[in-house]
Amino acid sequence: MAAEHAPNASEYIVHHLTHLNSLGHKQAALVDWTVFHLDSLFWSVTLGLLAVLILSRAAAKATSGVPGRFQAAVEILIEMVESQSKSIVHGDRTFIAPLALTVFVWIFFMNAMDLLPVDLLPNIWAWMFGMAGHDSSHAYMRVVPTADLNATLGMSLGVLLLCIYYSIKIKGLGGWIHELFTAPFGSHPLLYPINFAMQMIEFVAKTVSHGMRLFGNMYAGELIFMLIALMGAAWAGTFGSGLLWLGGVFAGTIWAIFHILIITLQAFIFMMLTLVYIGQAHETH
Amino acid sequence: MNLNATLFAQLVVFLILAWFTMKFVWPPIMKALDERAGKIADGLAAADKAKTDLAHAEKKASDELRKARESAAEFRSGAERQVAQLIEEARAEGVRIVNAAREAAEAEAGVASQRAKEALREHVAVLAVAGAERILRKEINAQAHAELLTQLKSEL
Repeated sequence: MAAEHAPNASEYIVHHLTHLNSLGHKQAALVDWTVFHLDSLFWSVTLGLLAVLILSRAAAKATSGVPGRFQAAVEILIEMVESQSKSIVHGDRTFIAPLALTVFVWIFFMNAMDLLPVDLLPNIWAWMFGMAGHDSSHAYMRVVPTADLNATLGMSLGVLLLCIYYSIKIKGLGGWIHELFTAPFGSHPLLYPINFAMQMIEFVAKTVSHGMRLFGNMYAGELIFMLIALMGAAWAGTFGSGLLWLGGVFAGTIWAIFHILIITLQAFIFMMLTLVYIGQAHETH
Repeated sequence: MNLNATLFAQLVVFLILAWFTMKFVWPPIMKALDERAGKIADGLAAADKAKTDLAHAEKKASDELRKARESAAEFRSGAERQVAQLIEEARAEGVRIVNAAREAAEAEAGVASQRAKEALREHVAVLAVAGAERILRKEINAQAHAELLTQLKSEL
């Protein structure tokens, strides 16, 4: 935050929606492949490591005897993922089921960053940034990696690559290319271009919607938390602002409780779609 | 909302994390789960077996008990019969002994009274002779009248 004046609502939100990137200032071009979002990378890698650390701790201590509560909780999760993947993917699941588990736990952790107070980590970062001798009003920090389109599209692109990999693995390269041109409308030279176009649209639509769905939900959720924070920040000693503050507490509570559902649901949906898309790669048209 | 290289970094992290889970998280937990499922299945089978075994054992025990009860009843009735017989025999023996004793006593009593009678006779005879001797001191010769005295004795 700037020390000289408090930011107005629009400045506050724009500040909160600006990524800490490798440029040091807001990325101007819509697409620039030389830039990294350092905050998204830091939080997603940290949370990913936390997720696999927790899971591998459970795995290291797993016993076939009476499980403790922690082990039982992880087992419930794994049984859930295992039964879902078994019902959706017909084939070898040695990689796919663990992938689904990783997706679920990792995305759940990244989404859960939304439940931290919106200003907590950014303010800590601004303080550290200021201590390091920089202008703390340019300390950008977004802590919800799944509210970054790059992160969600990165994952859905990973799923796309896996779909292609499994398509080739199951059907063979020739079989897959044959399917690209003959499905869904049938094998006729006139239909080849249409079939191919449909297949491409399908792949693009699947991947983009897969990434966009998660991004959109988390981005909107984050934005609403910011608006609620603005309501709380309206307190200025008057009766009207007091009401706004109360409204902020009330709305914040409601939205946070509702968000517990959203973060879990979105993680689950991303996992299910991952399984569905990879499952489709296992089936011939 | 800009696209940049974060996307590919995220893709790589995604695949690495999934690989890590596949390698180090999934197999041990699934192994533990399968082993536990096996243990539970074994336990249930063992419980079933124990249940049938128990039913068998109970049936056997009740059979044994019934048999034991029957043989005990048999023993008891046999023993009662034997006891009754023993009592009967003992009673008969007792009666026999009492009778024998009574007979012996009677016989002994008869002999004793006979002997007493005879002794009395002797005494009476001696007294009679002594009295007669005193009265008839001169006329009576013991030797001459011994036959007379014997005759007298037998008449007493």
